[in-house]
Amino acid sequence: MRFVYFARVREAVGVDSEERAVPADVRTVQDCIAWLESCDARYAAAFADPSRLRFALDQQMVAADAALADHEELAIFPPVTGG
Amino acid sequence: MKKVAITADPIRTSQALDLLEHLGGGALASFTGIARADLGVVALELEHYPGMTERNLDALADEAMARWSLLGCVVIHRVGKIAVGEQVVIVATAAGHRAEALDACAFLIDRLKTDAAFWKKEHLGDGSALWVEAKGTDDARADKWRE
Repeated sequence: MRFVYFARVREAVGVDSEERAVPADVRTVQDCIAWLESCDARYAAAFADPSRLRFALDQQMVAADAALADHEELAIFPPVTGG
Repeated sequence: MKKVAITADPIRTSQALDLLEHLGGGALASFTGIARADLGVVALELEHYPGMTERNLDALADEAMARWSLLGCVVIHRVGKIAVGEQVVIVATAAGHRAEALDACAFLIDRLKTDAAFWKKEHLGDGSALWVEAKGTDDARADKWRE
């Protein structure tokens, strides 16, 4: 799966995107966050406050309980602040 | 007439208004967001999610066109580094009458604030920078249009 990060999350993770093989038991966005946090302290720091995280699967905004299913890209970012 | 654009180049409100002036309607409304001279701030930096952000703006423009029967609608958002005083976003609408043009314009900027994938960083004069936090008051304004 392709992971993309924006803004504060991108800076904390240290890359703007990466490819990672997701374990079979990681089924939802929330599972993915927990799995990444267990992989490296950078993710734990980037995802420390779940209330300040938003997600998109294949460029559609989704909630944390959304299933990864056949999606190819998961974006993780803070609440938006444009305009 | 619908135009949605994201650009790294400077933008002008007059660009948007020129596109809407001659559509036969009786009303034009616009909102321009400017990089504000908050204490110590010298520039803003806007990041977006290429592909998704364009679709976010396009969906909002479609919703406004349909809900207020607009003759035209323009949404232009700048990205990259933007000096204080320069334009960040322009939203403009054309309609038969003022109520539709004004309401649609307010809808577009209120919902853009909460629905479009942009992130804003403030650069300070001392060389430091900080990400702007999302505001609950923006959510409340955007939610009004969902009632």
